[in-house]
Amino acid sequence: MSAARARWRTTAVGLSFLLPNFLGFLILTLVPVVLLFYYGFTEWDVFGGATWSGLDNFRRMWGDASFWTALGNTGYYAVFHIPLTLAVSLGLALLLNRKLRGVGFFRTVAFFPYITSVVAIAQIWNMLFSPGFGPVNEVLRWLGVANPPGWTTSADASMPAVILVGTWRDMGYYMLLFLAGLQTIPGQLYEAARVDGANAWQRFRAVTLPGLRPTTFFITVLLTIGSFKVFDLILVMTDGGPGQSTLVLSQYIYKKGFQENEFGYASAVSIVLFAICFLVTVVQFVVNKRGSS
Amino acid sequence: MTTLSRPIPVVLRPTTPRRSRSWRLLGYLALAAASAGVLLPFYWMVMSSLKTNNDVFTLPVEWIAADPVWSNYADIWAKSDMTTWLGNTVLLSATVTFLQVFTGSFAAYGFAKIRFPGRDALFLAYIGTLAVPWQSYMVPQFVMMSKLQLTDTLWSIVALQAFGALGVFMMKQFYETVPDELLDAARIDGMSEYGIYRRIMLPLSAPALASLALITLVTTWNDYLGPLLYLRSPDLWTIQLGLKSFISQYNAEHALIMTGSVLSVLPIVVIFLAGQRYFVEGIATTGLKG
Repeated sequence: MSAARARWRTTAVGLSFLLPNFLGFLILTLVPVVLLFYYGFTEWDVFGGATWSGLDNFRRMWGDASFWTALGNTGYYAVFHIPLTLAVSLGLALLLNRKLRGVGFFRTVAFFPYITSVVAIAQIWNMLFSPGFGPVNEVLRWLGVANPPGWTTSADASMPAVILVGTWRDMGYYMLLFLAGLQTIPGQLYEAARVDGANAWQRFRAVTLPGLRPTTFFITVLLTIGSFKVFDLILVMTDGGPGQSTLVLSQYIYKKGFQENEFGYASAVSIVLFAICFLVTVVQFVVNKRGSS
Repeated sequence: MTTLSRPIPVVLRPTTPRRSRSWRLLGYLALAAASAGVLLPFYWMVMSSLKTNNDVFTLPVEWIAADPVWSNYADIWAKSDMTTWLGNTVLLSATVTFLQVFTGSFAAYGFAKIRFPGRDALFLAYIGTLAVPWQSYMVPQFVMMSKLQLTDTLWSIVALQAFGALGVFMMKQFYETVPDELLDAARIDGMSEYGIYRRIMLPLSAPALASLALITLVTTWNDYLGPLLYLRSPDLWTIQLGLKSFISQYNAEHALIMTGSVLSVLPIVVIFLAGQRYFVEGIATTGLKG
């Protein structure tokens, strides 16, 4: 009797700790995530309520050229942003892991882009990339490039510009995660490799890379999801333009849902974004399991 | 014995001193190049904010403002609603940070240190949504927010940011490192769970709370999308939304735009430099961002 009462009491106390946060979380995150899978199958504009429309939204998406453009552009961004950011942030982490003076200074500095607001970053880079008078193209001309790209004003170069800025913004963050991973590799392994006569490149291949495996996996998952949901940077820097050259999935959801008030169709596109992030994560987990066993 | 068992020193460096010196030089060159790559855009922002508008874009680029125009920093307040924007942002950042730290650490204590049925299932729901991109549920979230009549109020941003799963996750990680024996001793002494949370856990977790507070503060200050979706009335705008509208309105005033950007970035840089250690530790232990 008293044991049951004590257990009931513990449960009540436990729940009371969760309650303040859980209420907010339930209403603003959990319920919306569940509702998404209902709204995606409805026809809904601001005036009427939601009416069930089955797969209509997905059929419409199939024939929607803008949707395919947005999907293609998101893939374009991911395919270049992921390896580029991996390489740069790993390189910086390796550099910082050496005993050089000024390493602490750089670790601080490398974080600046990550803590700077996207509005300021986009504005600075838009001005740096300015085709006629911007410093970037001036340096390129000085280096002998006769016709430097038009960057955010040209349909061909706008995506590369956004990818570069995206990498510039994220590299400090992932560098820090790599650095934490590097510090878990025991120093004796390097010494043993040295005794065996391994050169720097061989030590990197045989000790560093295998030791970083879990870190690299985790970072790749984060980077992949981060790339597929890329939004604010592109919204502020190019607004999807010129034309539709940098239109990405998240922005298409925003456009349909918040500018054209098509909640049903926007939710259906959201389900696609969700499914992509989910699938990519599952595939990476499976590949990682197979690789490590 | 002890001297005998010491390992025989092995020559660990087959490389000649000359070669290792050139490696070091290469390292310093790379470090200098990387620092320049990160800092030059910021340097350009500050320099442009001190120029007259016509001098921002010149050929060749003027890397030093010969005659700094400090008046830009006075003019921006007259030309824009900077005071309102900053006021709203400070108010929101403080409220959100307080609520996130309080509700997050409170819930984390329940998850980490009190055993009751259903606890782990609830935690799974938290972890599960961490992997769901916000962009994919912002539409249904907006619908919920409209039903609660929170759109176009500052409360919408508080609601949006204050109950994130990140705080719960981060604090739970930390609380799990606190040994149970310590809490059991307090329970035997008759302390309630609330007392343990307030008198033992909170003081112990000061560094973790500082990390969470800093990360939340910076995220809320820099958030552009939340205010963009929810704040329509200009008197509710935050610094990010205000700066963006200023950029669209005065798109040829390059120098003033950079002045506004400096003012929007400066408080965060100061806060980051002051609490850098906590910030970096928080990122490194959770590896998560909002």
